[in-house]
Amino acid sequence: MLYREALNRAIDEVMASDESVVVLGEDVGLYGGSYRVTEGLVAKYGEERLIDTPIAELSIVGNAMGMAIGGLRPVAEIMTANFSLLAFDQIINHLAKFRYMSAGKTAIPVVVRFPQGVSRQLAAQHSESYEQMLSAVPGLMVLAVNDVNYAYHALKKAILMDDPVIFIEHELLYNKEGEVDFDADLDPFKARIAKTGEKITIVSYLKMVDDVMEALPEIEEKLNCSCEVIDLCSLNPIDHDTLAESLKKTGRLVVVEEDHKTGGYGTQIVSWAAEELFYALDAPPLRIAGEDVPIPYNRTLELASIPTPDKIAERVIRWGKNNGL
Amino acid sequence: MNKLLAEDIYYLMVLGRAFEYAAKEHYLQGEISGFLHLDIGQEAFSVAAVKAFAKGDIFSTYREHVIAIARGIEPGAVMAELFGKSTGISKGKGGSMHLTDLSRFFYGGDAIVGGQIPTAVGCAYARKYQGREDGVMVVFGDGATNGGAFFESLNIASAQKLPLLFLCENNQYAIGTKITRVAPFLHQAKKAEPYMPVYEVDGMDATAVYAVVKEAQSRIQQGHGPIFVEAMTCRYEGHSISDANSYRSAQEMKLCKEKDPIERMKKELLESWMAEPQLLASLEKRAQETVDQAVAFATQSPEPKPEELYTDIFCKECANVVS
Ligand SMILES: Cc1ncc(C[n+]2csc(CCOP(=O)(O)OP(=O)(O)O)c2C)c(N)n1
Ligand SMILES: [Mg+2]
Repeated sequence: MLYREALNRAIDEVMASDESVVVLGEDVGLYGGSYRVTEGLVAKYGEERLIDTPIAELSIVGNAMGMAIGGLRPVAEIMTANFSLLAFDQIINHLAKFRYMSAGKTAIPVVVRFPQGVSRQLAAQHSESYEQMLSAVPGLMVLAVNDVNYAYHALKKAILMDDPVIFIEHELLYNKEGEVDFDADLDPFKARIAKTGEKITIVSYLKMVDDVMEALPEIEEKLNCSCEVIDLCSLNPIDHDTLAESLKKTGRLVVVEEDHKTGGYGTQIVSWAAEELFYALDAPPLRIAGEDVPIPYNRTLELASIPTPDKIAERVIRWGKNNGL
Repeated sequence: MNKLLAEDIYYLMVLGRAFEYAAKEHYLQGEISGFLHLDIGQEAFSVAAVKAFAKGDIFSTYREHVIAIARGIEPGAVMAELFGKSTGISKGKGGSMHLTDLSRFFYGGDAIVGGQIPTAVGCAYARKYQGREDGVMVVFGDGATNGGAFFESLNIASAQKLPLLFLCENNQYAIGTKITRVAPFLHQAKKAEPYMPVYEVDGMDATAVYAVVKEAQSRIQQGHGPIFVEAMTCRYEGHSISDANSYRSAQEMKLCKEKDPIERMKKELLESWMAEPQLLASLEKRAQETVDQAVAFATQSPEPKPEELYTDIFCKECANVVS
């Protein structure tokens, strides 16, 4: 099953079992979603439950919140992260704070989904990642899932939660193949160990997990050691337990992310490790992230602006050799 | 309008279409990537509006190749941009959606729907402040008229009596969503009516577009504030090259193509302006040659240098202040 099909299946199943679930966004209905995540759902559930909105992101999120207050369980799709910026007021001032400002009285069961990241030559205004900003907002849970099986389970659970969840996807993950175990009981807020290992803990999320896995054989061969790869899944809250357990074993931390290095999400992980696990670390942590530049159109420059499997391998090997491996 | 101008508009329309077909071909061959929003079918709108708004600043959407060329940017510099080459108008770093040429007062495409409209309002303020009367034209699609940026701009531009021409290209679709499914009416000029004079024009008719935009600009120059022009058009292709256009029926596409703006202009040139058929044939030939040269230029041009990744983010002097 493809990643986008797993998401489709998750939405389909909750819509079938709960009439209060509605989907809204640009081109989500008749068109089937610009990344085909909601394909076929309008035929099943009608236009009242698959609401094609105009290009009005602020209203998409604001309306979703009002629908939730009114007793519905909306899944809002923003076409890409780049346009979520137009909805940041509703997301941050309203969605994230309403339960708190009503002294806990109001459930806000809203999921806001969007893909982000560098796809292929979509240029500066269509290639950004905003998990670092949204993860810094108290009152929002942020999921960013790499694995197809997790995508299915995490989205299903997110829709059934009574608090707002930002569900971040990646434009290049939609056609990823994977098996879904429909009967599994997965906790989307628990990190996934993509691979176990002994000497280095490599933490990543979303598409970069795949790039790390691609780089891994070379890293393990050249450094002659095994690495543990942790796919965070939940960016807020963070599953510190799983991270701590791994780091106590390996003593070495690498964080790989696609967003810009300055202020990037990885700062979160590294500063936590420095504060909490300083004496467990055998080497300074390594962050591999995107360059601090707008994303260029030209393919060579575009690839130079973000981590790639080759660059990940090269940087980790160099760092490992300088740090006793 | 006069005969020479009509010929020029015809030439640019033919050039624009040939350019778009060449872009499509080279996209399919893998030399162009990313988003490619073709303007085929809408050339009358893009060319005639820009020609009519001969002076003044222009802000546009991402569907901008023909607009940029009509503004005078070399087709080679546009094609090289699509190829991501260093000789592109944005050094290969902007791509199809970001063509900018300050020397031609063209600020290029904004890839955030509606994003260019408040910017154009600000530029119109600057022009009024400077006493420069040509004003500003902002081009946007029907889809943009449903966003907050649009409504805020109507209000501010009219409250401040700014020299701004709102030019709405209503092709009835935002990607696959028909405008009447997400707005209460087909004609978006209605939204502007309480704020400013509005004009409706057939966007498939270059002569009509030219006349309306010309008049709108002259009214703007008189200092009475903004004008809204809505042109009904029809795009022949999908939203972008990766859109299969499956939401429009064969019948709808047939009706749409019956209004072909290039055929119409040709007929007008032959019948009303008594143009020689050989002359039109030579314009068509020149347009195709220009496009072929643009492709050759793009193909032969070098890639940007790796260090270009870090340039153009700040000006050098600013960077010195910071460091
Ligand atoms: C704020 C924002 N939301 C969504 C998008 C994605 N998107 C790109 S073009 C488009 C449709 C725009 O339609 P319209 O304004 O009518 O222009 P047209 O493509 O018809 O020329 C959409 C939804 C975007 N670029 N920006
Ligand atoms: Mg449109």
